[in-house]
Amino acid sequence: MTDQPTAPQLGRRRFVQGAAALGAGLASGALSRPAFALTGAADPSVLSGTRFDLTLDRAAVNKTGTEDWGNTINGGIPGPALRWRQGDVVTLNVTNNLPELTGIHWHGIILPNPMDGVPGLAFPGIQPGETFTYRFPVVQSGTYWYHSHMSYQEQKGAYGALIIEPEGQPHIQVDRDYVVVLSDWMDGSPLVVQNNLKQMSDYYNFNRRTLGSFVSDVNQSGLGMTVAERARWANMRMDPSGITQPTAALYTYLMNGQPPSANWTALFRPGESVRLRFINASAITYYDVSIPGLEMDVVHVHGNDVVPVTVDQLRIPVAETYDVVVRPRQDRAFTIFAQDMERSGFARGTLAPRMGMSAPVPPMDPAPMRTMADMGKPGMAPDQVAASHPDRTRIGGIMPSKMGEVPPEERARRPGRARRTEAPPETQALKPGVELQFVAKTPTDRLDLPGDGLDHLMGQRRILTLADLRSVNPGLDKRPPTREIVLNLTGNMHRFIWGFDGKKFTEVGPIDVTLGERFRLRFVNNTMMSHPIHLHGMWMELENDHGEHRPYLHTINVKPSQQLSLLVTPLATGQWPLHCHLLYHFEAGMFRTLRVLPRSA
Amino acid sequence: MTRRILPALPALPALALFAAMPAQAQIFGDSGAFFGSGLGADTLQGASPYGNLIADDRVYMHGILNQNEGRFGDGSYYRWSGQAWIGNDYNRLRLRTEGRYNSTNNGKVDDGQHELLYERPISTYFDLQAGVRADIDDGTGRTWAALGVQGLAIGFWNVAVTGYASNRGHFALRTDAAYDLYLTQRLVLQPQFETNWYTKDDAGRGVGAGLSDIDTGLRLRYDISRKFSPYIGVAYQHFFGGTARMRREEGGQADDLRFLVGLRAWF
Repeated sequence: MTDQPTAPQLGRRRFVQGAAALGAGLASGALSRPAFALTGAADPSVLSGTRFDLTLDRAAVNKTGTEDWGNTINGGIPGPALRWRQGDVVTLNVTNNLPELTGIHWHGIILPNPMDGVPGLAFPGIQPGETFTYRFPVVQSGTYWYHSHMSYQEQKGAYGALIIEPEGQPHIQVDRDYVVVLSDWMDGSPLVVQNNLKQMSDYYNFNRRTLGSFVSDVNQSGLGMTVAERARWANMRMDPSGITQPTAALYTYLMNGQPPSANWTALFRPGESVRLRFINASAITYYDVSIPGLEMDVVHVHGNDVVPVTVDQLRIPVAETYDVVVRPRQDRAFTIFAQDMERSGFARGTLAPRMGMSAPVPPMDPAPMRTMADMGKPGMAPDQVAASHPDRTRIGGIMPSKMGEVPPEERARRPGRARRTEAPPETQALKPGVELQFVAKTPTDRLDLPGDGLDHLMGQRRILTLADLRSVNPGLDKRPPTREIVLNLTGNMHRFIWGFDGKKFTEVGPIDVTLGERFRLRFVNNTMMSHPIHLHGMWMELENDHGEHRPYLHTINVKPSQQLSLLVTPLATGQWPLHCHLLYHFEAGMFRTLRVLPRSA
Repeated sequence: MTRRILPALPALPALALFAAMPAQAQIFGDSGAFFGSGLGADTLQGASPYGNLIADDRVYMHGILNQNEGRFGDGSYYRWSGQAWIGNDYNRLRLRTEGRYNSTNNGKVDDGQHELLYERPISTYFDLQAGVRADIDDGTGRTWAALGVQGLAIGFWNVAVTGYASNRGHFALRTDAAYDLYLTQRLVLQPQFETNWYTKDDAGRGVGAGLSDIDTGLRLRYDISRKFSPYIGVAYQHFFGGTARMRREEGGQADDLRFLVGLRAWF
């Protein structure tokens, strides 16, 4: 994978060799300047200015050692990193050389509806062979990304980073600045994946409970407790080991387009500050990111500056961006480690003073299991993290002999202790059916927990939670909400049907709101999966007890049986998608249109 | 053995057709096609004015040959039992087929039951099925109307219960249940039980009234991939009442225990 790209033009078929050229390009520049200054306008990996030409092609791609096809943008996977400037008007000519309709969506960008790039909703899409010109003013700054919003094209490589320089002096000053695009690559056709999931929703789960884990659980927790615990799951027809689907059984996890073996490398000089702009461009995969030996200051989330939070690890759900600043002082390499939430695999790169260096790759953390708290039944097993869990716990709680080792703050963080909330009437009225597997009778508020697989580590590491996020700037709209819209996240894992309020996209119409109105959006997750819910064209301000300094988000991860709320002010009329950003979920129906009507209507 | 099995394969035309198809072709409804159809501005009550982009109603297709095995013992035979379906989330056509080749050592297919069912979900885990069953093999042919439920029962048992009525005034009932016990991530032990019940004797097919037979198996498979799993196991059949009597009259026995080797496959 370290080869340079071959001849750039081979008709419509081109070879894409990851982004090895990106790292090499950075290495050749002067070391003292910010990374972006190292790459000139001629470098295909970064494009800047106000006019951009982007071309989508179906090309031969080799990310795994086997040649396959992919959707490239300007010949690369990922596509070029785009650099805009706040206050500019940008023009983007997107040419579709794919054999099917496409549309490029600018994720998190506030713009007029026809520029949003969602075929069907906001514009008719870009037909094969056609060029569509996007043109809109840039009213914000920060780290974003762009991707195809059509069918499964994103899974096969149609995504890239989008960086907007702020007007005036940037709030965050660093010596170096790198984009780290995380993604999940698969050889073959995503349609086959969806087909497999329809037949067997745990098709890619090779981390399930077995006879072996039953025996070890009996040894640890006793036969009665183990059988009772297994019976609870069996009665619900749920598998607590199903965290994400698909897993590394299908995927190769990429960092800036490179598999772990290629070891994408970012350079620093000891003592410098380095900004890493993490972008999760995956179709399905959540990453838990850490850099062993370095603490990370989370400074910028979803394109907006936040009061720095120093952490050892953070979870990056699908479609979200988190910028961290690290300050390596030693003259050695550090591994950028991004393990997938189910611990089936990882993406990996290196921060190093010189090219060609590497640091040890840490072992993955124990694989999480869902708990009764995830099922909206937090009382059933008060302290349970999970059975089969190689930490201090056993079924039914912490082992008495190990109780002394567990710090009190960790005990308090156990998911079973999560704050219970009252389900809104809209949730209580739900009835299980074909498209609704269970109702979260007792949803919980877990903004102060990082999520399954990390909660129990809170006493040992500093891990980012949504409760930590405090916007540097106060919110612009000080009005209280005038109404509340409740959306229940629902689905039937067994049938692989996903939706909102027990309905798929094609079964219901839009949700109507009025331009400029202030409303509260409340999500209750009635599934055993985490869902990153993305709202186009407007911000969601998370109500996390920071008053006017609510973080502005474009995507909100809702954990199983979690209830949370956000404030929204629609900024432009039109059809704005509100959907789960897990590709196979939204293609199975977890998608709605938020229709913003003009004030007079 | 292989040469004996081969002649029985034409009994599986639908599944064979399936196997010949590339996986991509088994999925219909490319969402891109919607845009050429000139959908109006009212698509989805205004949710998607330029046409529906979300293919959440796509048609999928699957075939599984759950039993595809040689059964060895006092005389050997080939046995298949498979299912295929095509449809979207709410409307599916399901084909179920099973049979034995050479079980009476005379090179004939028997116990050939083939069902074509329309299937619609009625609850979180269960589908209602209605259609026809045709008993087509080297015995006397029979045709039945079929009505049943199939789904996932508590405890992760895959079950199917189907009632049948023939134009000759016969009624029948069939139950199926199977469970996957994961010994390791890829080594799976599958107990399986089938029972058949009839209201009247049918000498042409060698079945008697009442509980006719149970057909149980215990298969240990290794998932090389989800779609390709060789297995070994044992199958035990027991025949009751009139069915047992008819078998004994033909020189057979009321029960039959066999060792089996097979290959489970998805298409």
